[in-house]
Amino acid sequence: MLPLALEFPPVSHVTEWPSIFGGDGPLAVNKVVILMWISVALIFGLFMVAGRARRLVPQGAQNFAEAIWDFVRDGIVLQTMGPEGLKFMPFLVMMFCFIFVTNIWEVIPVAQMPVNARIALPAYMAVLVWVIFNFMGVLKQGFFGYLKSVCFPPGVPKALYILVTPIEFVSTFIVRPLSLSVRLFANMLAGHLLLVSFIVITAALFTVGPSLAIWPVSFGLLVALTGFEVLVAVLQAFIFTILTAVYIGGAMHPEH
Amino acid sequence: MELLQVLAQQEPGELAEGLTAVGRGIVYGAAAIGPGIGIGIVVGNAITAMARQPESAGMVRTTMFLGIAFTEALALFGFVLSFIVAG
Repeated sequence: MLPLALEFPPVSHVTEWPSIFGGDGPLAVNKVVILMWISVALIFGLFMVAGRARRLVPQGAQNFAEAIWDFVRDGIVLQTMGPEGLKFMPFLVMMFCFIFVTNIWEVIPVAQMPVNARIALPAYMAVLVWVIFNFMGVLKQGFFGYLKSVCFPPGVPKALYILVTPIEFVSTFIVRPLSLSVRLFANMLAGHLLLVSFIVITAALFTVGPSLAIWPVSFGLLVALTGFEVLVAVLQAFIFTILTAVYIGGAMHPEH
Repeated sequence: MELLQVLAQQEPGELAEGLTAVGRGIVYGAAAIGPGIGIGIVVGNAITAMARQPESAGMVRTTMFLGIAFTEALALFGFVLSFIVAG
């Protein structure tokens, strides 16, 4: 048997980073926080440059920013919330850009750590979405009207409400934020671990001997998976934003 | 007889550690069955719809991603749970 130096690092080694400054407490600043700051600066810079000299015929950065705006408006807001949702455009565009940039660090050399592979950021964003859609629901329908439209969906036989009401209540107020955050977090963590696994396998096979026939296979798969992770980063940003739009739209317009 | 001797030499913690690893595998594997079938149904029907009416492909695609997201959440709960099991 070949002496494979195959040692997978434990999960804590690839997701927990030592503090750079700020001590070891809750205010510690590590690689993940720095990447988050860079993401914010990148998005802020892009939209500042795009908005500084607005032209009728967009060029350069303005062109790029308008393409993102159009994508979110036509692909997400108009399809799920209708024209009334357009006032949420700034929030949703920023959310899409922020999630995408924090995800894409997964495949950028040197960084190679998706910020959303730590649950803090997805959980925070899910709580933010939860607060916003409940606030909009209460604002549009009143507190008891909103609670009624959530717990008693119309078109259900009266006797079934014993079953439907607890399910609807739990799924709207507890499962929604939980699944929203866990979906983003688990997708990014799984992708990160997948890439780490294939890097470890490729490195182990390479030390055994580059002439080994299966080494290029695992290396090729690593390259292909890196491309796949770019797709996942876009898709997760898209899904998080579209679910936000669906939740807010659903709270504003109850089913009749 | 030899096998029994090998088993007797095991450290007490080893068995629990091994069983934990097996348990993690089962948690994720079992959690992935249902969503796997579910996503297959969602995407399959979306493709049928797109093939029948290519002009509604955009709307179908958006709804398909929504359906995938809801179905996939269960598998991801299992994925996260597999780290939590006896962690």
